[in-house]
Amino acid sequence: MPTNDYVAHAVGYVDNEGPKIVTSRFSDPDSYTLDRYEATGGYNATRAVLQMNPADVHSQVRDAVLLGRGGAGFPAGVKWGFMPPIWPRYLVVNGDESEPGTYKDRLLMERDPHQLIEGCLITCYALGLNTCFLYVRGEMALAQERLARALNDAYAAGYVGRNMFGTDVGIDVVLTWGAGAYIVGEETALIESLEGNRGMPRLKPPFFPAAKGLYMKPTIVNNVETLANVPWIVLNGADAYKRYGSERSPGTRMLAISGHVNRPGVYEVEQGKVTFRELFYGDNYCQGIRDGNELKMFIPGGGSAPWFFPEQLDLPLEAADVGAAGSMLGSGAIVVMDETTDAVRACLRVVRFFARESCGKCTPCREGTNWEEKILQRIDDGYGRLEDIDLLLDIGSQISPGNYPTASFEAEGLEANPFPPKQTTICPLGPSSVAPITSAIRRFRHEFEEKIAASALTNGHHGDADHDEHPEEVSA
Amino acid sequence: MSRLSAANVLLAKEIIARYPRPKSALLPLLHLAQEQDGYVAEDAMEHIAELIGVTAAEVLGTCSFYEMFKREPVGRYMINICTNISCQLMGGEELLHHAEERLGVRPGGTTEDGMFTLEDVECIAACTEAPCLQVNYRYEYHVDNERFDELVDELARGSRHDIPRHGTLGRVRQHLDPERAAGIRAPESTGEPQWYTSRKPKEEAR
Repeated sequence: MPTNDYVAHAVGYVDNEGPKIVTSRFSDPDSYTLDRYEATGGYNATRAVLQMNPADVHSQVRDAVLLGRGGAGFPAGVKWGFMPPIWPRYLVVNGDESEPGTYKDRLLMERDPHQLIEGCLITCYALGLNTCFLYVRGEMALAQERLARALNDAYAAGYVGRNMFGTDVGIDVVLTWGAGAYIVGEETALIESLEGNRGMPRLKPPFFPAAKGLYMKPTIVNNVETLANVPWIVLNGADAYKRYGSERSPGTRMLAISGHVNRPGVYEVEQGKVTFRELFYGDNYCQGIRDGNELKMFIPGGGSAPWFFPEQLDLPLEAADVGAAGSMLGSGAIVVMDETTDAVRACLRVVRFFARESCGKCTPCREGTNWEEKILQRIDDGYGRLEDIDLLLDIGSQISPGNYPTASFEAEGLEANPFPPKQTTICPLGPSSVAPITSAIRRFRHEFEEKIAASALTNGHHGDADHDEHPEEVSA
Repeated sequence: MSRLSAANVLLAKEIIARYPRPKSALLPLLHLAQEQDGYVAEDAMEHIAELIGVTAAEVLGTCSFYEMFKREPVGRYMINICTNISCQLMGGEELLHHAEERLGVRPGGTTEDGMFTLEDVECIAACTEAPCLQVNYRYEYHVDNERFDELVDELARGSRHDIPRHGTLGRVRQHLDPERAAGIRAPESTGEPQWYTSRKPKEEAR
């Protein structure tokens, strides 16, 4: 078991050296109460904002270049500007965090719910809307509890609802929650879910939420961490915000680093300043790979991200640089795998996730992800066939068209699949399942081949598709 | 098993009132039914359909999409073991196998005494504490085989008062006092809020 230096009441959070914008209260045991929040400057931002012109509040967030923290990294202030002048309009908070490896929104909701509520209020004020829906992942019971209590307290204090802070402004924040479906984290699926439907994504265009969102009205969907930054920005100003992080990615972001490191944890880190190497090996961060092992590979931005390898260790955590190298920072989830990791099994596990979570709307994803899983499963079980590697790549190319390595490629000439991926589907879920496959096969094709060779030997066949039957296929 | 109780119908009506369209209350109402009975009974789905003015088939259609809604009775304690990548790396699959042996059921199965249902689930957002699991959506971190056995004993003894029975999520509910609410905007309404119009700079208001 790794040693940890967590703040006792915030399991997972490491209060390391460095500026803290969204986790500044995590060290207080009662950080989730209204009393503590107010004692540490809480709701001062809302009070100040209510005296301002809404457009100025919007400009401040736009000037701060607050990048969305849900995965796509799009500037929130620009997104807000996409709404046509149509009312009513809605704000929907995406708290359906479920990308493999990701957890930061859960801690923000559990540890500092008022900070998020304040972010919602300020955003609503800036955009002239008076209804906000806060959608929390179903499995996060404590987050729901803390937010419900926070909202009840804030309403009772007159900070939310009719005549906020004694002014004529009225904004409602409604807590709602999901019921276990990863795809609902996709913004149009979340809107479907909020309308009481199966969480299946809508086609964009025409259903860009900013134009045709909830109830076909203009809707802004923002991630929890994105909105948690807003109170700090309006209190301290865009210039102060830009003093942290890099020029292209101002501010900090929360990173969850899990897997084979000595001190896994959730860290608030200045954007664009630290490299993966510092993050994994630095004393202020993860303090090295377990047992002094070698790093084999790592996922830089959640299960959907193509994998990185030791040669990418010196990249800074800057979205553009990581993107140019063929992957993404995504939702701030970094999974570290050491030399003992079985690449085929890791690949299988990530692919199984997408197969299970496919909503079933688009055929390439519904069928393709399941075939990917079945084929990887039989390779791992010792029933692989020689043609399986190419078959996996072929199926992948039908979900996410690209120039994949096939049998005709020489090992040196392999091209990475394009990133961001192309897709034959409505949303990126299916194409995301191709990332671990091409990552693993490009780099560790020999591991696949070894497993397949071993299976041919143990079964007395020679990779002959007509004879090697997986037991489950026989019984099926 | 049953339709919603009188007290839960009152609660359901309060929940419906906070959405611009009644159907938006569907997921919260399904959770309410699951909290009442431990699972979502067919009668409860029909009752919810009446309350929000849709067909029972539409309720079933939504209900069956979401992993957390159980349409058959499950154990008092739902043990969800994460086997996704971060947990797999730290022994989540081995933990699942141990749990299968200890409880004598496969994922999705319920023990004969009706105490435990075992599931292997996708990432539950506690990746640095792997392998982890949830019991009725309450976390247990760094669970090894020994710890798992202890946990099962604690639950069987009824000594885990911090874990409510299956179906109860947050134990605090939002209460939206109509006196305090600003008024949820229906999509049919038009016009920007008065406070917004009056605060916009004059040149923009023109």
